[in-house]
Amino acid sequence: MLGVLVWSVQTKLACELLSAAREIDQEVFALAINDDAQAESLAQKGAQVFRLNNQSLEIANTASIAHAISQVVNQLNPEYILLSSNRRGKELAGRLAQIINAGCLSDVRALVSSDGQIECVRNALGGATIAHQVIKTQQKLIAISANCYEVPSDQGGGQVQDISVKVEDSKLRLLSTQGKPSEGVDISSAEVVVAVGQGLENEELLETVNKIANQIGGIVGCTKPIATDRKWLGEERIIGLSGATCKPNVALLLGTSGQVQFSVGIRDADTIVAVDKDDQANVFTLADYYLVADLNDFLPKLSTSL
Amino acid sequence: MKCIVALKQIPDLQQLRIRNREPVLNDIPYTLGAIDKNALELGVQLKEELDWEVVVISAGNEELEDTIKEALAGGADNSFLLIDNQIDQMDSAEIASLLAEMIRRSEDIGLAIFGEGSGDNYTGQVGSRVAEILGWPQAGYATSVSVDGSTAKVTRALDDCIEEVELDLPAVIIVSAGLNTPRIPSVMQILKAGKLPKEIITLDDLSLVSSANQIETVSNLAPIAERKQIKIGSVDELLNCLESAGVERR
Ligand SMILES: Cc1cc2nc3c(=O)[nH]c(=O)nc-3n(C[C@H](O)[C@H](O)[C@H](O)COP(=O)(O)OP(=O)(O)OC[C@H]3O[C@@H](n4cnc5c(N)ncnc54)[C@H](O)[C@@H]3O)c2cc1C
Repeated sequence: MLGVLVWSVQTKLACELLSAAREIDQEVFALAINDDAQAESLAQKGAQVFRLNNQSLEIANTASIAHAISQVVNQLNPEYILLSSNRRGKELAGRLAQIINAGCLSDVRALVSSDGQIECVRNALGGATIAHQVIKTQQKLIAISANCYEVPSDQGGGQVQDISVKVEDSKLRLLSTQGKPSEGVDISSAEVVVAVGQGLENEELLETVNKIANQIGGIVGCTKPIATDRKWLGEERIIGLSGATCKPNVALLLGTSGQVQFSVGIRDADTIVAVDKDDQANVFTLADYYLVADLNDFLPKLSTSL
Repeated sequence: MKCIVALKQIPDLQQLRIRNREPVLNDIPYTLGAIDKNALELGVQLKEELDWEVVVISAGNEELEDTIKEALAGGADNSFLLIDNQIDQMDSAEIASLLAEMIRRSEDIGLAIFGEGSGDNYTGQVGSRVAEILGWPQAGYATSVSVDGSTAKVTRALDDCIEEVELDLPAVIIVSAGLNTPRIPSVMQILKAGKLPKEIITLDDLSLVSSANQIETVSNLAPIAERKQIKIGSVDELLNCLESAGVERR
């Protein structure tokens, strides 16, 4: 049992998995399901690609994708299977792990080789701690978070070959797919992040926040409730455990209480400046500089000063 | 028909303290994760619409009976609990096999509902593993569910799209965080919840051979946070801080 098999429905994430796989000193196989373009891209990165084309295989059907990949795993017999820890990847991970009897970890942010074992580094206890964990089963399934590894540059040398599997009758039918309204912002790679939380008392103030972000070349991000409860900003702007992990030079935090599920997404910033009206706000422990102020007064003032 | 809702008892992380970078988990009261409450609310809404029965299942240590009361008060009809102090040491694979075995003991199930991840570990594997053990179809990241005869229509919020799928029942549904607003039980409901029917078993009542733990935790420490925590007094000072950190005005 040797080798690393990688698969993600998203080509960018599949490429990141190739980089992650290099932490494991074994041969790397990449799988592309019903996606010739992805097979091509992965081959350009130097990967040995297995192309699985089968029109009765529906990506939406987690059960049948899991069974298909398990057959690929049986044929190639890799020690490691790497999936992306996006929503599809996480949902698939549990099911595939169950079929192949593998231990499984998701939301893994780094693979570290230590004493001949691969340690998976991931947030635990809601982000309060960082755990190093080792999977003890023969086959190991690891779902890796987005943006933790670089997309490797094209180097050529890869090849594509076909592989086939049997697909069982499906108990799930895809009725419709609709693109999510996306603004195409990538908060995880922003150099300057302006993050707003529920301390922003009305939606009109968002305009001032946007203006400030423009003035300092930043991208607006938010805590989860701002996107999911108030729906003031898109979900792609959420920072934290269920959103993006950012590593900006500067983060300006406005009315965020600094709960751990949020702070895991911003604690890698070089400099953190926080503004909150509560002089005991927990977010201040996370900050290099903090100002006790009411956003209703502060935001207009900052914007005019800039 | 029955709707199973699987819930996990977790330590209340709001009360988690860190000492010498180690999490201190002793004496932290238990609670139910926020997403689990969403899962239960979905079950209760389906019950109101379809006249189903909502059965809460959970595996946990001796505190479980108490923790689960809140859920029962939130509209469940009865509960099926596996109480054993060994549960705390088990990994997702073992918990999934226990829950699947418990689900197998019930008849006439339409849906088994899980949350997208537990509040403490958030690995989000258990629902998918249970679906595989039972051989049922699954739909994760569900934001709405409607049942029509022997099928369910589920809307799912994925990374880059919204998908609508139809599943044959019985099926596993794994809900997205925040898909609904869980009702807050009244004091009367909480008092009554203690009297709802419940079945409690221990590990000995299940004919499962326990397997070795699949995951070993090498270390689990709080990250070192070395922030300056300097209090500043004015917008101008704040501007200076931003500029010395490298922000350029446009
Ligand atoms: C499994 C799980 C995953 C989660 N994932 C995430 C995640 O990825 N990202 C995330 O953000 N959250 C996440 N959460 C939620 C998280 O626990 C917090 O609830 C959330 O981050 C709090 O958001 P907030 O700081 O905006 O709001 P609050 O906690 O309400 O904080 C508001 C802050 O604003 C201050 N304030 C109020 N009014 C003013 C004013 N006028 N001027 C200045 N300051 C003011 C208050 O003093 C307070 O500090 C998750 C929770 C769970 C259970």
